[in-house]
Amino acid sequence: MSRLAAAHARFVERVNRRSLWRPFPWLVLIVTAAIALTPLRLDDVQLRESLLLACVYITLASNLNLMIGYAGYVNFGNIVFFGLGGYICIYLIDSWHWPLLVAALAAGLAVSAVALLFGLGILRLRGAFFALATIGVNEAVKAFVANFEPWGGATGIYLSLDAYGSLGGPMQALWTAYLLIVGVMGLSLLLSWAIKSSKFGLGLLAIGQNEDAAAVLGVPTPRYKALAYSASAFLPAVAGGLYFFKSGIIEPTGAFDLSFSIEAIVMVMLGGAGTVTGPAIGAFLYEELRGLLLVAETFSHFQLVIAGALLLLIVLFVPGGLMGFIHRKWPYTRWWLE
Amino acid sequence: MNALLEVDGISKRFGGLWAVQDLAFRVEDGEILGLIGPNGAGKSTVFNLINGVHAPDKGRIVFQGTDITGEPPYRVARHGLARAHQIVQPLTGLSVFENCTVGACFGQDNLSLTSAREVAREVASFVGLSDRLDVLAGQLTTAGKKRLELARALCARPKLLLLDEVLAGLNPTETERMIDTVRRIRERGVAILIIEHVMRAIMSLSDRIVVLSTGKKLAEGSPHEVANDPAVITAYLGDAQLIAEAERGA
Amino acid sequence: MIGIVASVVDGVLVGAVYGLAAMGLTLIWGVMNVINLTHGAMIVLGMFGVYFLATAAGLSPYGGVPIVIVLGFLFGVVVYWVSVNRVVGRPVLMSLLATFAMNMVLIGLGTALWSTSPYNVPVTLPGITWQGYTFTGTHIMAAALAGAIAGLLYLFLYRTRRGKAIRAVADNREAAELTGIPTKQVLSMAFGLGVALACVSGALIATLFPFTVLSGSSYQLKSFVVTVLGGLGNPAGALIGGVALGLIEGLATPFMPVSWTPIIEFALFVATLIAFPRGIFAFSRA
Repeated sequence: MSRLAAAHARFVERVNRRSLWRPFPWLVLIVTAAIALTPLRLDDVQLRESLLLACVYITLASNLNLMIGYAGYVNFGNIVFFGLGGYICIYLIDSWHWPLLVAALAAGLAVSAVALLFGLGILRLRGAFFALATIGVNEAVKAFVANFEPWGGATGIYLSLDAYGSLGGPMQALWTAYLLIVGVMGLSLLLSWAIKSSKFGLGLLAIGQNEDAAAVLGVPTPRYKALAYSASAFLPAVAGGLYFFKSGIIEPTGAFDLSFSIEAIVMVMLGGAGTVTGPAIGAFLYEELRGLLLVAETFSHFQLVIAGALLLLIVLFVPGGLMGFIHRKWPYTRWWLE
Repeated sequence: MNALLEVDGISKRFGGLWAVQDLAFRVEDGEILGLIGPNGAGKSTVFNLINGVHAPDKGRIVFQGTDITGEPPYRVARHGLARAHQIVQPLTGLSVFENCTVGACFGQDNLSLTSAREVAREVASFVGLSDRLDVLAGQLTTAGKKRLELARALCARPKLLLLDEVLAGLNPTETERMIDTVRRIRERGVAILIIEHVMRAIMSLSDRIVVLSTGKKLAEGSPHEVANDPAVITAYLGDAQLIAEAERGA
Repeated sequence: MIGIVASVVDGVLVGAVYGLAAMGLTLIWGVMNVINLTHGAMIVLGMFGVYFLATAAGLSPYGGVPIVIVLGFLFGVVVYWVSVNRVVGRPVLMSLLATFAMNMVLIGLGTALWSTSPYNVPVTLPGITWQGYTFTGTHIMAAALAGAIAGLLYLFLYRTRRGKAIRAVADNREAAELTGIPTKQVLSMAFGLGVALACVSGALIATLFPFTVLSGSSYQLKSFVVTVLGGLGNPAGALIGGVALGLIEGLATPFMPVSWTPIIEFALFVATLIAFPRGIFAFSRA
């Protein structure tokens, strides 16, 4: 080992003993603050809107990564958390006049609880069967909501303008929602990192590598899987609540859009499943790509085709995604960029 | 005195075939019990029944006084029972160190991550893998993977270790090292239930031997007794070399 | 009462076609432990195949069946080499995502080419009338053809060398390789066969109901339900499972709005798997 490498290893060893000295969480805080404050300072609504969308994607991808990248379970229907969280939050605000943050958090907790319930059932299934069952959960919830009158049935819920009143009017409310969504994104990355650095995370990774071997080693697989599934539901649900509040309307087809769900999977794989920064980078890159495609008229129909082709190429040739590739080429990045 | 492990009349059927029938034996604290028998005798099935991969159709399995019959593998591990598989199951995407840490974290002591890491380091060096701690498990040699399989099981600090053909596929030097390691494990106070086909090794390692044939117990006793048992010789008939090896080992 | 019986019998007829579709899925699973998520897209290809043969070449859909089988087989082999070959030995997650990605590409292309409007293959056959209820000729023909193709599949798998090679590889790939069987070729052939079955079932379904590019997903779901009912890796079970599903649909349709059918099927699917993780009649794999 070169002298530099040895010195680096000693530095890493010393810092690793104190979690809070590790650079990654600070990096996340800095980036989150930057994303939050830049459009605010510049009063740039267009920048805000595109960053908001990026934050939503990053939130979805990061939390999905807990299932796909850590535990190795492909959650095709992950969008159900987002949609259901949106519905619960909007309903609480519209009918019960709860304040935004409380409603969003309540939605998050409620969806996590529901996820735990569903999870106990479907997590017994392996591989494709689990994947298909998650689609089933999404479709079932969508069908239920579309027929549920208190939530507006097939037409959905339109938020009246007074909902924004308590936050200082629509203009102010949109900025508040934005800041909260950026916060949720930051929390998602920190959650992802905290889990990966914990014993729980190690158990999940073991399950993802070889579930049967992990069980023999003593990892309590049913409990861990259920916890991961439930945890992966919380922040996307909160994000859903905030996002649909900002949109002012929520209806079944848009809330439970399966293709959005699938794009989240592509984002995770693109950036690197199992890493912490991977899904975030993948989400960002994919959003840029998507933006480019939508502009070029000829390609807009091919959106899913290109996403599919991209996913295929990644799975066949670079299954570790972008971060996987970077970590292999430059092992030092493993520690700095997780 | 209560045995460490007591297997009491267990039977297991797959489809129409009884893989194990009415098998009973005990493993005492700190001993090495060898399990031998011709191929298809049901040895690996016995391991699967003990550590919870399958539940026996009949019979009981009692470990340290607790009935663990039919418990899922992760609960059995929590009682202090660890297993090294015949077909190695490394967590290929994780490093050697991480593999061992997993073993250490989820054993009976339910260690924290930091304590587990220390145990992992110690066991890795005991087993001879400290020079390869950061290597991805999938990239080890066969001997390395076998060593890792063993290390991971040891990291759980078990009372009883199930070793399933740990010598298979090793060259003579590696075999000697592995035999030596197994002895040193016993010296640390871990009881061992070992399946092996390398007769010389298992005869010299074991305190006692149980011979299995078509799912039933054929003989039980010291290596010497078993090697001279006519029923055992008949079961291995046609493999005179094996018998000769056995006699040399005992 | 008679109405229910008629509905059930009709369900059984259609169910035979579902069984045929599921056979393709279960064959691929049994041979190479890959769950083919392009299955729905292949069914759709069979539907459009027979449509274009009918409109462009004026060929009766039943005449088009052999062509669809051959083309489906060839296409399946191509898809195998493009996306499945590299992921066969790897973790299930990878083959899942690979076939899923392929599906996205195919359905996306299909939508771009043919949009999501409904298509129909016009075909009429004299039916059988009983007690005032007519069993449409197309349904009877489809069931008969499904049965015939299933029979041919059985003959192929159990009486020909190639078929036995496939079964050998399914049983124990390493051993088969050691006896000199070219496993990669066999796997590609098995995949092609599975796809051909999916395509031909699509062709038959096209004679029964109108379809769109997006119809594939609901028939794929039905195939999964059937596979689970009949047992993973068990083609004969797939036929039985298909008939069973048809029976269930026949019993349910008089009483329930059609939009609830997918949800019932999902519920059935999940519930069955939770109770019987390998399907009800699974071959126990050693």
